Amino acid sequence: MRRLLLFVPLGLFAALAWFLFKGLSLDPKELPSALIGKQVPAFRATILDSQQPVDQSVFEGEPRLLNVWGTWCPTCVAEHPYLMRLAGQGVRIVGLNYKDTDSKAIAWLGRLGDPYEVVIRDPEGMIGLDLGVYGAPETYVIDAEGVVRYRHVGEVNDRTWNGALGEAYRALLP
Amino acid sequence: MIAEYGLLALIMALVSAAALTVIPMWGAWRGSIAAMHSARPLALSLFVFCAISFAMLCVSFLNDDFSLVVVASNSNSMLPSFYKFSAVWGNHEGSMLLWTLVLASWTLAVAIFSSDLPVKLMARVLAVMGSISIGFISFSIFTSNPFARHLPNAPLDGQDLNPLLQDIGLIIHPPLLYMGYVGFSVAFAFAIAALLGGRLDAAWARWSRPWTNVAWGFLTLGIMLGSWWAYYELGWGGWWFWDPVENASFMPWLAGTALVHSLAVTEKRGVFKSWTVLLAIATFSLSLLGTFLVRSGVLTSVHAFASDPDRGLFILVFLLVVVGGSLVLFALRAPAVDSDIRYGWLSRETLLLFNNVIFLVATITVLFGTLFPLLMDALGQGKYSVGPPYFNAVFVPLMAVLVPVMGIGPFTRWKSDDPKRWNKILIQGAVACTLAAAILPWLGGDFNLWVSLSLLLAFWIGAGLIGDLRLKAEGRSTLWSVVTRQTPSYWGMVLAHLGFAMCIISVVVVTQWNVERDLRMAPGDVAELAGYRFEFHGSSGVQGPNYVADEGVVTVYRRDKRVAELRPQKRQYKASGQVMTEAAIDAGLWRDLYVAMGESIGSDGAWAMRLHYKPMVRWMWIGATLIGFGAFVTVFDRRYRKVKVSAPQEALAHA
Repeated sequence: MRRLLLFVPLGLFAALAWFLFKGLSLDPKELPSALIGKQVPAFRATILDSQQPVDQSVFEGEPRLLNVWGTWCPTCVAEHPYLMRLAGQGVRIVGLNYKDTDSKAIAWLGRLGDPYEVVIRDPEGMIGLDLGVYGAPETYVIDAEGVVRYRHVGEVNDRTWNGALGEAYRALLP
Repeated sequence: MIAEYGLLALIMALVSAAALTVIPMWGAWRGSIAAMHSARPLALSLFVFCAISFAMLCVSFLNDDFSLVVVASNSNSMLPSFYKFSAVWGNHEGSMLLWTLVLASWTLAVAIFSSDLPVKLMARVLAVMGSISIGFISFSIFTSNPFARHLPNAPLDGQDLNPLLQDIGLIIHPPLLYMGYVGFSVAFAFAIAALLGGRLDAAWARWSRPWTNVAWGFLTLGIMLGSWWAYYELGWGGWWFWDPVENASFMPWLAGTALVHSLAVTEKRGVFKSWTVLLAIATFSLSLLGTFLVRSGVLTSVHAFASDPDRGLFILVFLLVVVGGSLVLFALRAPAVDSDIRYGWLSRETLLLFNNVIFLVATITVLFGTLFPLLMDALGQGKYSVGPPYFNAVFVPLMAVLVPVMGIGPFTRWKSDDPKRWNKILIQGAVACTLAAAILPWLGGDFNLWVSLSLLLAFWIGAGLIGDLRLKAEGRSTLWSVVTRQTPSYWGMVLAHLGFAMCIISVVVVTQWNVERDLRMAPGDVAELAGYRFEFHGSSGVQGPNYVADEGVVTVYRRDKRVAELRPQKRQYKASGQVMTEAAIDAGLWRDLYVAMGESIGSDGAWAMRLHYKPMVRWMWIGATLIGFGAFVTVFDRRYRKVKVSAPQEALAHA
């Protein structure tokens, strides 16, 4: 009987291992968004650079990515070349310049290149608040009707683009 | 070509590890002396090839060979050369290579210092360590090859080392931490070898004890350095965040602390054998689990490596083989019935058992808190995060019940003790502690109950150690004769316990009396904080080797006497464009003054500044250093140098 007691650690470990295995297929950075399947929240803002008014209708007509970025965010620097590449492949990307200053943002795009169709100004972070932005960078996949289909928190790179994020976008293409 | 030699050497190391696992183990099974004796040269070969491979990676970094993926992603031609060197392990691939090198070094050390061991045990221990090497070297080669190249288009310059890692603390923190993590593999190997041989006794505990102490000492120092680094480098003045990666190093430390104490009981009294073996397995398993958590990406953390599910799967399978296999072995071979050695309710055995229970509960608490988000996610219960309030709520009471016992532990006798023997000394100690704890907090200004309690606990530990010396001095002419008679392992214990007392005081004092202010300061502005006057004189641009910075100048006065001039920086690294806060600290035994620059505000040269007054924060790191050195000191005990094996046992071992 006492021998059976010695199997207890093994049993506990087996349970732990099962959870760890499950954990491998989960992405802890993947935060569900309450907006999935809903329209992009209505907003009124201005475009960086030209200061023209812009609203949610900017997302109509074609599937797009909405990329939340700021010059203060190191990972945004890291993902920037990849966004440039996507833009070069014809992916339409709308930028949301989140809690940033215009002069810095314009200088940044001048230096590193501009992958965005249009950059929406959000200096106070109010649009970000409506979207439920958790931290930059975040990238949303938005379909031609302006409905949010997917939310990705963190860097856009080869791995994430070949993974769920890219798949969500590619599913919208004809 | 350098990199290819490195990869070749790593493959040769894998071959050596495989031979080290198979040949001596076969020899121990079939009784072939020659096969068993091959363990030592094979361990040497494993070490040499790992060292060559590591050296080749270092050369690639120092020569700016940006055709290598790791070099291109983690170094830059402008990087100062000592950081190029530390960049070797400032990334996943290189740090795994360091890990294998450290493991090979421990294996070699066991091979060198094992001349007194029975040959069969030596062969098995080294074979088990070889098998762990197989796992880590193949992990390196197959999932994280540090010598992979960017061909044919090699970049002209690298992306630079993460600026957070460009720091002296990060040059030495990982190697020390790995020395600790990996060092527990020795205790693990001894445990497995003992289970295989069916000989779990006091001799086994005596052999594995010094190795365990040293590994635990390294881990202590490694964690201490990590905490110190976080404090001065992250710019927010914290020293412990209960981050999953910190917890990953803390869990083996907690289990290791239990192991260090339980080995003492097994060595001295021959009890708790199965328990000690289980702890040895658990401690190393937690080291492996930590590796899994850090490198598989199952948990989010501020310092997770670039994570990759393939790597995670590899480590998980490895974890299953090593931990699952050893637990099966444990279940089948560990003695189910402990020897009928008796001990009373008041005896050192009981008190050490209490220590073990506390540290085990602490380990499980941290494990549970760390894995909770993963558990809930796996069960489809949504996303959770577990923060400091949970850990603090469990940890503080645990330590509070541990310390009273810790005070009387050192002088309680083995087997059974009679409180009458030390009642008087204990009461004197208690009175002295209470008085000191009631009076001393007033020195820090207001009386603070938590500070007072922490002092009471800390002094109680000290009183126990003094009481022990007084008891030992009874019937002797001078105290000095008692002091000189004590062994290194005794002094090691004293150092470690005093260090722990210092940590208690520091943690509570700095938590209770820390003062911090975030404010806007324009040139000429003055701020008062905890009796210090901070004067900001403005900032100017400075040029570093691979960064440009705004450097602020702050002079600090206390009662109109100039105390310090602090120069915090806001750096922008050229290659990556990353911005870093470089805090300026005036360090002292009794207080640190800490200034960090936030953002520049407005056009008049004003900055958002963060000012901290941190009383006695250094005591934490001094205390942890004492704990680490205490562990090292124990190794100089004479009984570990001369291991006597009685003749019949020796004959049996050779049979």
